[in-house]
Amino acid sequence: MTPTRKRRLTIALFILIGAGSATSLLLYALSDNLLYFQSPSDVAVNDIPEGKRFRLGGLVQPGSVNRDPDSLAVSFVVTDGQENITVTFEGILPDLFREGQGVIANGSMLASGQFAAREVLAKHDENYMPPEIADALERAGHPTSGGTN
Amino acid sequence: MSSHTSFWKRCKTWFHRWGSPAWFYRTSGLIIPWLWAGFFLLAIPGLIWGLSIAPPDYLQGDSYRIIFIHVPSAWQSMLIFAVMAILALIGMVWRIRVAETLAMCCAPIGAAFTIVTLATGSLWGKPTWGTFWQWDGRMTSELVLLFLYLGVIGLQQAIEEPRKAARAAGLLALVGVVNLPIIHYSVEWWTTLHQGTTISFFGESSIDASMLWPLLIMAIAAKFYFGAALLTRTRNTLLLQDREKNWVRETVQGEKS
Repeated sequence: MTPTRKRRLTIALFILIGAGSATSLLLYALSDNLLYFQSPSDVAVNDIPEGKRFRLGGLVQPGSVNRDPDSLAVSFVVTDGQENITVTFEGILPDLFREGQGVIANGSMLASGQFAAREVLAKHDENYMPPEIADALERAGHPTSGGTN
Repeated sequence: MSSHTSFWKRCKTWFHRWGSPAWFYRTSGLIIPWLWAGFFLLAIPGLIWGLSIAPPDYLQGDSYRIIFIHVPSAWQSMLIFAVMAILALIGMVWRIRVAETLAMCCAPIGAAFTIVTLATGSLWGKPTWGTFWQWDGRMTSELVLLFLYLGVIGLQQAIEEPRKAARAAGLLALVGVVNLPIIHYSVEWWTTLHQGTTISFFGESSIDASMLWPLLIMAIAAKFYFGAALLTRTRNTLLLQDREKNWVRETVQGEKS
């Protein structure tokens, strides 16, 4: 390699290293703000003020869904296995919403310790399989739904 | 020993020949039909397999089938950026015009794959997640990839002299590479709405084999398409850049007669 080419290659590598480290530092500094949602445990630790909007993510606790028969109001418990938060919502839930499913609720905490959601999104996991296999797994005692990771 | 050195010499000569626009034009013209053939032979059965033969998903039903377009184009959008950066680096260090032109011709193709990725992701998101768009790490970083492609195209268009333009835009391509690990690891570093990685080349994939095969076929088809589109584009660009030169005159006369 000629000296000129060597010099150009070194400059290019320095540019790459410079851009890479600048970006890593930026992302590291912002890492808390880059979280798309908080888990119930995060909420328990961070003490988020009432009325501040954030996204709560976790699994819908089986057996916790209560639908109001006269309106679109619904309440359910979001859990991450350690902490639980009751979520209230009035509106249409996504098709994938069901017990045990991962959900993300956008809203704020109420004085009562409940979470008032303005929007509920379903989160699905990275597993794809035919229904027969999902049934077989279910029968073998490995629940398939959910997934917040 | 002498046969060994002559083999390497032959390889080196063959490689150097690609640097000549006239050789590039001729040789790529021979390869392009095969790349298109490979694309159609894989994409048509891959699409039929994915869209109608593969089983529905246990949770999402038939709506998951958009994965057979979405994931191959997402991989391709990132791969093309890496290819563009490597070609730009070669162009930058060795000042090879064919490499610079190849790098510049990657950008519109990569941008198209990024748009397909974002559009199909959005169409998939509405029935499953319940939203067309959210500013989570994966979606935002893929959108940044589109802007980087548009930046490379814009920078190149803004500078009149093609070689200077390619060098300036190549620099942006090189810097933009830092976004690729961000896209890939966004779903691991941060909490996102987008699910984690399904396909793992070094471990077990969390997709059933009956769905994985058509997905891989579509991914390879996307590579053939990229090869064919890139060579065609570069060929035409070289022809336009060299329109005053002898090799173009001779080629055009040869094709006419």
